[in-house]
Amino acid sequence: MTYNVILAGVGGQGILSIAFVIDQAALAEGLYFLQAEVHGMSQRGGAVQSHLRLSDTQVYSPLIPQGEADLILSVEPLEALRYFSYLKPQGVVISSRSPFVNIPDYTPVEDVYREIANGPASVLVEADKLAKEAGSLRAENMVMLGAASLYLPLQEDNLKKFIKILFKSKGEKVVETNLKAFELGRQAAKK
Amino acid sequence: MDKIILLGDEAVALAAIHSGLAAAYSYPGTPASEIMEFLIRQPGNGEKYVAKWCVNEKVAMEEALGASFAGQRAMVSFKHVGLNVAADPFMNAAITGANGGLVVVSADDPGFHSSQNEQDSRYYGDFARILCLEPANHQEAYDLTREAFDLSEKFGLPVMIRLVTRLAHSRAPVAVREPRGKNQNPKYGYGPDWTLLPANARRRYQELLGRQKDLKNYAENCLFNELSPGEKGSRSGVVVTGLAYNYFREFYNRLALKPAFLKIATYPFPEQKLLKLIEQIDELTVIEEGYPFIERFIRGVAGLPGKVIRGKMDGTIPASGELTPEIVAKALDLPVKTGLSTGDFRLPARPPQLCPGCPHGDTYKALNEALQGYDRANVFSDIGCYTLGALPPYKAIQTCVCMGASVSMAKGGAEAGVYPSVAVIGDSTFAHSGLTPLFDAVYSNTDMTVIILDNGTVAMTGAQPSFGTGEPLDRLLIGLGINKDHLRVIIPLPKNHQLNTGIIREELAYHGLSVIIARRECIQILGDKKRS
Repeated sequence: MTYNVILAGVGGQGILSIAFVIDQAALAEGLYFLQAEVHGMSQRGGAVQSHLRLSDTQVYSPLIPQGEADLILSVEPLEALRYFSYLKPQGVVISSRSPFVNIPDYTPVEDVYREIANGPASVLVEADKLAKEAGSLRAENMVMLGAASLYLPLQEDNLKKFIKILFKSKGEKVVETNLKAFELGRQAAKK
Repeated sequence: MDKIILLGDEAVALAAIHSGLAAAYSYPGTPASEIMEFLIRQPGNGEKYVAKWCVNEKVAMEEALGASFAGQRAMVSFKHVGLNVAADPFMNAAITGANGGLVVVSADDPGFHSSQNEQDSRYYGDFARILCLEPANHQEAYDLTREAFDLSEKFGLPVMIRLVTRLAHSRAPVAVREPRGKNQNPKYGYGPDWTLLPANARRRYQELLGRQKDLKNYAENCLFNELSPGEKGSRSGVVVTGLAYNYFREFYNRLALKPAFLKIATYPFPEQKLLKLIEQIDELTVIEEGYPFIERFIRGVAGLPGKVIRGKMDGTIPASGELTPEIVAKALDLPVKTGLSTGDFRLPARPPQLCPGCPHGDTYKALNEALQGYDRANVFSDIGCYTLGALPPYKAIQTCVCMGASVSMAKGGAEAGVYPSVAVIGDSTFAHSGLTPLFDAVYSNTDMTVIILDNGTVAMTGAQPSFGTGEPLDRLLIGLGINKDHLRVIIPLPKNHQLNTGIIREELAYHGLSVIIARRECIQILGDKKRS
């Protein structure tokens, strides 16, 4: 079993926090994984992505070959489209509906939704609304992780365990907010 | 022991600690910064070892050399272009040799993710005639760094580790081994070996030349250099180095007839093993991340008569850019998958940009306005977040070459007729390499204006501390000989736009050297402070 995930978003949206939780949960479940990320200049408000590979045997390539991703998990709808060439025909796209508009020529967002719907199976999540409901707009990334948790080959409890560890240093309230965000995202994706 | 999740950078750092590291030095630079960040974060920092950011890579290399002279294990790390800055002590450290284990880590950036070139550090290892080790994966990053400290003390030479972005910045589980302590009561280096007067240097260089056969011997026997026979009937072979090995292995099981392959992890590379591989084959494919370093050696001028060599030099693999699974699949004659397409849907690019509220944006707006009316002006810039000022909406700068070059190029430009000649440089870049050219300009009282963007941090690489910031920077500039009347401080905020534009205009009009400090804290740092 190899499960390939493209994590996508804009610099500052917290996709590396999603990656941290998945990586730790994978290790706890005895899976091998490899996760390539982007640092440096690209992080400044630009498109960022992380290639994440989970497997029960050793995986080698740090980049997912085109056409071999099982899941695109995006914290931003336009960014979800950027990596379609990586997706398997039977792959899944899980994306936030909230556009992050920091470029002058952002495509009309309804067109973006339509284009995602034209692709393979997809789930669009009201991440901003749910994050706010959970207590902080900054928790959109955990809403999205919650939505993806239905598809990832990882146990829900393990993901939650490492959300707690990730936010522990920021206090109990932040932990609660992020766990709630995860739960709301998970419920939203079930609908 | 349990496995630990580490970035490639962190695997190197942890291996250094486990090797009995006493001192580590670095200057921030993508993709190497996380080595020092990891060392600083560990509880052993300050107790078991010293880990420090330095003012630039040359200083970092020399401090590590000093620690090695003192008999302790030292490591210096930087990005590939940092090795250019450190090249002088690096080359000469091969002549002095290492006393305590000395490991030099250079992280290359094929594909220009966050760099101005994609130079290949393996040439530097070859140039200095020292060992260079190139890990293929995270486990090897750990294992080879441990090995590097042993080899450095065994051969009495610095040992280089070459990383590339995809290894430095990817995470995987790593199994670690029992740590060892530092060198106890070490002897200092032998003076005449370390005093590179010509007579000493000649002798030491002969010793370095004599050591080459030992390095080659090591390469032949090193277990990380793996020669694997091909399947019966196969007449093709593959040479893979470092990270490229992973792309090759990704597709290995899909190859109908398994080729022989040689995986290379050391330079000098194992020539005998390579000859053994070549004997078995008619066609050789060389896959390496970076320049065609090995391929060039193999081709020489005469190639391999009767055999075909494929790689970066015949176009099988692009000569520039990072390897991808697709490039390697194609080089192995495998079908390349194409994934889903978004057809003719217009997907706008999202390039990196200055953060909303960034002080640099306000400075650039004021500078652009102040320069209106001059038709021979030029703004020379430098390396940092503010290089993004080259892009719309600012389009405020015309050059970016290397650390500190803004100041020296502005001086050269001014002397060739550029007016106004403006340099724009960040506070940390100024401390790194802007001081010396500014001193040069003071001596000539060059007609130019230097704008130091003092945001108090090394922002682009993740907010490491800056050396030349705040009030000490003002004093430094006075001490350097900047005329007090033409040392101005502005606070780049939208509400100060008119005021700042006026001040910049005055200094542009002044025919002599002026320095303007645009001082406001990085918006990211401010945000972090507010949140915590």
